[in-house]
Amino acid sequence: MIVLRPPGGRSLRLRPRALAVGAALTLLAVVLGGLTLVGVDRPAPDVPAILAGGGNPADRFILLDLRLPRLATALGVGAALGLAGAVCQSLLRNPLGSPDVLGFTQGAATGALVVVVLGGGSLALGGAAVAGGLATGLLGYALVGRHGLAGHRVVLVGIGVTAILSGVNGYLLTRAPLTDAARAALWLTGSLDGRGWVNALPLLAALAVLAPAILASGRALRMIELGDHLATALGVPVGRLRPLLLAAAVALVSLAAAAAGPVSFVALTAPHLARRLTRAPGPNLLPATLLGAALLVAADLVAQHAIAGQQLPVGVVTGVIGGSHLVWLLAVGRRSGRL
Amino acid sequence: MPAAPVARPAGRTGRRLAGLALSLLLLGLVAGLSVAIGAKQLSPAEVWQGLLRPDSPEYAVVHRMRLPRTLLGLVAGAALGVAGAVTQAVTRNPLGDPGLLGINAGASAAVATATAVLGMTAGDIWYALLGAAVVTVAVHAVGGGRAATPARLALAGAALNAVLYSYVSAVMLLDAASLERLRFWTVGSLADARADTVLRVLPFVVAGLLIALATARPLDALALGDDAARALGARPGLVRAAATAAITLLSGAATAACGPLVFVGLLVPHLVRALTGPDLRWLLPYCAVLAPVLLLAADVTARLLGRPGELQVGTVTAVLGGVLFLHLVQRGAGVRR
Repeated sequence: MIVLRPPGGRSLRLRPRALAVGAALTLLAVVLGGLTLVGVDRPAPDVPAILAGGGNPADRFILLDLRLPRLATALGVGAALGLAGAVCQSLLRNPLGSPDVLGFTQGAATGALVVVVLGGGSLALGGAAVAGGLATGLLGYALVGRHGLAGHRVVLVGIGVTAILSGVNGYLLTRAPLTDAARAALWLTGSLDGRGWVNALPLLAALAVLAPAILASGRALRMIELGDHLATALGVPVGRLRPLLLAAAVALVSLAAAAAGPVSFVALTAPHLARRLTRAPGPNLLPATLLGAALLVAADLVAQHAIAGQQLPVGVVTGVIGGSHLVWLLAVGRRSGRL
Repeated sequence: MPAAPVARPAGRTGRRLAGLALSLLLLGLVAGLSVAIGAKQLSPAEVWQGLLRPDSPEYAVVHRMRLPRTLLGLVAGAALGVAGAVTQAVTRNPLGDPGLLGINAGASAAVATATAVLGMTAGDIWYALLGAAVVTVAVHAVGGGRAATPARLALAGAALNAVLYSYVSAVMLLDAASLERLRFWTVGSLADARADTVLRVLPFVVAGLLIALATARPLDALALGDDAARALGARPGLVRAAATAAITLLSGAATAACGPLVFVGLLVPHLVRALTGPDLRWLLPYCAVLAPVLLLAADVTARLLGRPGELQVGTVTAVLGGVLFLHLVQRGAGVRR
């Protein structure tokens, strides 16, 4: 660790490894994003020219109206999920305390599904998703609250809540008209197909506001990981900060779910992988964010091109990868006695 | 020290038998409701006519649709309830349920693979059994073998569920034909039951039930711990193997017939335990009778809620079971150990 002490009493700590990982992840996201833009099956070679305003109309349409919003949605959703997952796992001091295990994602899906069934615009969809996610969060908090947030109870409550909500979602699906039901069923697995700027912009706006605020509290989060008492003694207003940070995380997850559906397991996996890569203690907020973005773009590329002529929804790919990762976490966690 | 004779409360066996008879009566009632209520509204008299007289216009509705559906509910419910009770006993885990542990999802994944990838159209049940067996072993390995805690097993089940369902939905999305066939099936439904479906799974369910009943006594001994069980004359390894076989047969067959129904196996044993206590020799028969009551009642509820169409029964049991699961967690199941 390198500590810079510029005059003025403040210090800046740099971890070379974390910096290198961050740079590598950014590079990876850029390369994968470029690949998404250039396209594999129908290459649009002059991407820079088109972005600058040239190119023929067909290529411009494909790039600017199809691939660019899709890429923006993927990056935004991945970043939001990675960041929210890191915040939740850190706040709950529980490696499994990610928003999808806790049921927030499923709650957001329920909220959004209500709008799909009743009919409504993308703004209503986003609002309903956030409301559903927050309501689920409050419900979980109420069910767990008395017993404290650490430990397995949180996760078990999440499993129960998720089961109930998936039943409710099934009910809503059968209530929807057939065309909407097909759309909603695809959306429930988490998909980036046909995402336009309407889907991406609310999420990107929220990220622009919430991400800096959360990143700024990384130091406080690192202290909260040491325990509430110690953090309070070190001057962190734990009681005030925890609900705020949780609400911010839930809002990010819910907006991500509104944009792309409940994409599973990115929020669980990204922070773990980020911590393994940087080998730094603490929540690793920025690496988790970058890794989430890179992970989702990569999963989307796999989903689009793994099977020739067929497209899979990205949620299927992350479900297989992330579920396997959870299995592996449980196996390893048992050996090292952490879980 | 001379062993004092265990004081049995007088008439307990009689009361349990009476309770069982009452449960059977309840089962008959619910089965009657399940035949009487459906998408096409029929009066009780019409249903009766349709049941008995081949020339009545309702004969087809009753005999082709409602009767097989009710029978399937009976068979699958009994299978899931007993499978849940055995799972909870053998893992000493109050949160045990074939659906929760991913066993049903394993059966789904195997059937989806057989249908879409290998192009099989018959013999679902063998693939379902194979998938159920593999996941039964896998979930215990991931959950920590003998050292597994309820929470870790539930987590391992959640993880395997996620992987397997993602896989199943990928298969369905890639293969339009199997999407049509598997779409409702992945939620768990009794709707497209046919008489031959019931007959096909019946032998497996009966075999599973017999094995489960035969292991009831040694499983009770196993609840005291392996050493005590050995001292009482049970062979823990053999008992576990037999119990696993029973779970596989029962949940595999039930899944093959009506898709993954989550939580029936969790709910019923817990409710029944309040009536019978933990003695598996009584718990299992009660589960075999009362689980179909729950499943058929949920199915009838689903038909009523979903009018004019209908809801899959899996959504109703998921909500009911999820609430009970939360209640159990609140009471400390899975955390205290």
